[in-house]
Amino acid sequence: MKLYVTVNGKEKTFRIGAEENLLDVLRREGYKGVKRGCRKGDCGACAVLVDGRLFNSCVLPAMSVTGKEIITIEGLGTPNEPHLLQKTFLTEGAVQCGFCTPGMLLAVKALLHGNEDPDEKEIKVALDGNLCRCTGYVKIIGAVKKAARLIREASE
Amino acid sequence: MSGDNLKVVGHNEIKVDGLGLVTGLAKYTADLADTDVLHLKMLNSPYAHARIKKIETSHARDLPGVVEIFTHENVPRIPHTTAGQGYPEPSPYDSFILDRKVRFVGDRVAMVVAESETTAKEALGLIEVEFEQLPAVLDMEEAMREGTPVIHDEEEARVIIPVPYDPKINLAASVGMEIGDVEEGFRKADVIVEDEYYAHYAQHCPIEPHISLAIPDPDGRILIITSTQVPFHVRRITAQALGIPVKRIRVIKPRIGGGFGTKQEVLLEPAVALAALKIGKPVICELSRKEEFISSRTRHPIKTVLRTGCTTDGEITAVDMHCLSNTGAYGSHGLTVVCNCGSKVLPLYKCDNVKFLGEAVYTNLPVPGAYRGYGATQAAFAMECNMNEMARRIGMDPLEFRKKNHIDTGDTSPIFEALGEGGEGVPQTVESCGLDQCIDKGALEIGWKEKWGRNQGDNKIKRGIGEACLMQGSSIPKIDMGAASIKMNDDGSFNLLIGATDIGTGSDTILAQIAAEEMGCSTGDMIVYSSDTDMTPFDVGAYASSTTYLTGTAVRKAAVEVKKQIKKVGAKMMGVSPDHVMTKDRSVISVESGESVSFKEVALHSLYMSDQHQIMGIASHITEKSPPPFAAHFVEVEVDTETGEIKCLKYVSGTDCGQAINPKLAEGQTEGALLNGLSYALTEEYIFNDQGQMLNPNFKNYRIYRTTDLPEIVSFLVTTHEPTGPYGAKSVSEIGINGALPAISNAIYDAVGVRLTKPPFTAEKILLALRKIKNI
Repeated sequence: MKLYVTVNGKEKTFRIGAEENLLDVLRREGYKGVKRGCRKGDCGACAVLVDGRLFNSCVLPAMSVTGKEIITIEGLGTPNEPHLLQKTFLTEGAVQCGFCTPGMLLAVKALLHGNEDPDEKEIKVALDGNLCRCTGYVKIIGAVKKAARLIREASE
Repeated sequence: MSGDNLKVVGHNEIKVDGLGLVTGLAKYTADLADTDVLHLKMLNSPYAHARIKKIETSHARDLPGVVEIFTHENVPRIPHTTAGQGYPEPSPYDSFILDRKVRFVGDRVAMVVAESETTAKEALGLIEVEFEQLPAVLDMEEAMREGTPVIHDEEEARVIIPVPYDPKINLAASVGMEIGDVEEGFRKADVIVEDEYYAHYAQHCPIEPHISLAIPDPDGRILIITSTQVPFHVRRITAQALGIPVKRIRVIKPRIGGGFGTKQEVLLEPAVALAALKIGKPVICELSRKEEFISSRTRHPIKTVLRTGCTTDGEITAVDMHCLSNTGAYGSHGLTVVCNCGSKVLPLYKCDNVKFLGEAVYTNLPVPGAYRGYGATQAAFAMECNMNEMARRIGMDPLEFRKKNHIDTGDTSPIFEALGEGGEGVPQTVESCGLDQCIDKGALEIGWKEKWGRNQGDNKIKRGIGEACLMQGSSIPKIDMGAASIKMNDDGSFNLLIGATDIGTGSDTILAQIAAEEMGCSTGDMIVYSSDTDMTPFDVGAYASSTTYLTGTAVRKAAVEVKKQIKKVGAKMMGVSPDHVMTKDRSVISVESGESVSFKEVALHSLYMSDQHQIMGIASHITEKSPPPFAAHFVEVEVDTETGEIKCLKYVSGTDCGQAINPKLAEGQTEGALLNGLSYALTEEYIFNDQGQMLNPNFKNYRIYRTTDLPEIVSFLVTTHEPTGPYGAKSVSEIGINGALPAISNAIYDAVGVRLTKPPFTAEKILLALRKIKNI
């Protein structure tokens, strides 16, 4: 089967199996920033944006994203041009092992897209599906607040 | 040296591997496998205790895509321990790659290698196994009773160091000590508190599961890329388990998605290496989340019976601690974890009469191993609850009681020498202790004076606050070794090669900071490469809170050596004596004239111009002591007396880790640890059926804390200077996980007057306890 999809702004055609989930397809096609943590949709390490909404790609049938726009962590920023969110996660100490970070960053992106000034509770609710065992979340939440402020200031 | 003079150390440098991590480009083990890699899957035992009478693999072999099947009949039978410790290991040699017997639900029966993971899984279902079920030991308190089934009846099971080990009575380890006269101490006591505390099973839950990839090369060597905390131990133990020389194995640690102790275990590496060598193709094995729970490693459940006595004026006269540890079906870390119950908890308080007995027993339950906190978590729970209780009974503020009794700068404890990591320890005097500041600042932050003992809340919702004081260690003295090498490049940058293993902690970064500080350059001048057994010097790895203190000192020593060589060249270039130059801002500067040559000029000169040579240094370090970091934790909880529901409102942690090399990363360690502790105390639980099977092996039913569970968290560091540590540093990674169990138990007591000793502290348990006191 063929999957026609846009990934990080580029139109792609992938050969896929009928039963395959999006996680396996994306990783096979080289988007290795999509991480595999539980394969049950419980941890958020494999989260990607589908038409701007956050989904755990491990439980998403690949066929279901036909014609849609996918953003993976590779589409957020690069080492030469990191996204402000990525930079802020680093300066605020919000990254330890980094395994949850791609999904976490995309969850933040989805949050800030619809809410440029989230309060702490809204941040917690938005990140609730992304498990992190290293940081205790404290610095992640701090980074989100700071990034949101920086983005607001930049747009003023 | 005062922190003010430091240019790199003590600053919040950005992680040296950070850009790769946030852009998703950093490579973890799974990202390094080619698409044609073969997949290895394990067949896990459905029984807690059984003998394999027959395994029929022909149907599985016939399945297209199946490449190889391993059973106990076609793998080397070499006893070893999976514990991933230094040699000679204190854990018993009681494990085989595959055995004729299974000892817990989840134990390995067979392994399939296939072209795809799906095929491998399908083949597992086609293996026919005839088991002879054996009676199982599912209660650690039954394990040593007469007539209990023997779990390790194989003749090979043995220990390789002289420690108590008697598998015939399911005794995996035992250790003890006594100083003074405990019975005499209890006679002097006005108040005696005795209770039993049960620290429970828990899993580390790194978000990246265990994963190992083995790639054979044409010269007969094998490359193992693996998610490990201990690459050098992996090399040695894999060689041992396979019966091949160490020189045939190279181990590379790429980025690691968290460890917390579970990746100290050498679980998958011998399996993938064996398969790759036999088949001649790369083989990968990745545990599923279910396997991570049932068949990797857990925390040791420990029952602590603690009897303590004190006088009415607050002198502790006797402490008698007995820890019974369930080491599951294999003895991995059995001795050392239970030993640390004593050695990382008892020295905290001054007392002349202290007795400790630690025993670890085999059961037919999942296998514990190293887990952040490592025994201190389990025993500090008991100790800190007893401290709270004793203070209450003599009418003293629990914080005052601790301040009166805790070990302080200039003090020693005979326990340091009597008890170490598996046996005797080393004598040491505490040279840095900021515990009082942790207590005072933390008390202010939680509102101790206004809130403690004030019976806060209304009739339905009660509020209470609780406390705990903690210590840990910094590496294993006289045993653990870390080494580093530093090499200068043309542009004045340096390759810093270390065997130390950054598993997400940020150790690559803080080690670069230490080297840069010593050298007089910036963190960015250090190109860090960690953990490749062919390339980097030896290091025991990421465990025992050792990397900052131990490897940090090795790095500093290597930097001192390189700096000496740089100064020599620079001085020669300027025509002055090497004794009259210093390094600063990437330059060698003449102290008298102020003239300078840059590191780049020194590098070019030494590599190309005259007396050409490679500026390079290597250093090793072992420690003579294991200076404790200290911490004080506080928690405020709300308890609903009608439903038993408990809510954690605020958590405060103050930590003395000496000089934090990178305060932000150090805070991150304490915050991650304390939240894991909180999650352990309130929600995490292994639920077993009566056959020893874990019923909730997934994140839906084994709840680890998520963002919406977070209370308000305040964490702060108290800076002290540990003279034996690099720039005054001590360890920070483990201590923070130990506070939540006792602090919450104490807070529940403060709120509603019941003492909970069997975590997790669920609404049901609190309600039952409340009903019990109401009936009385």
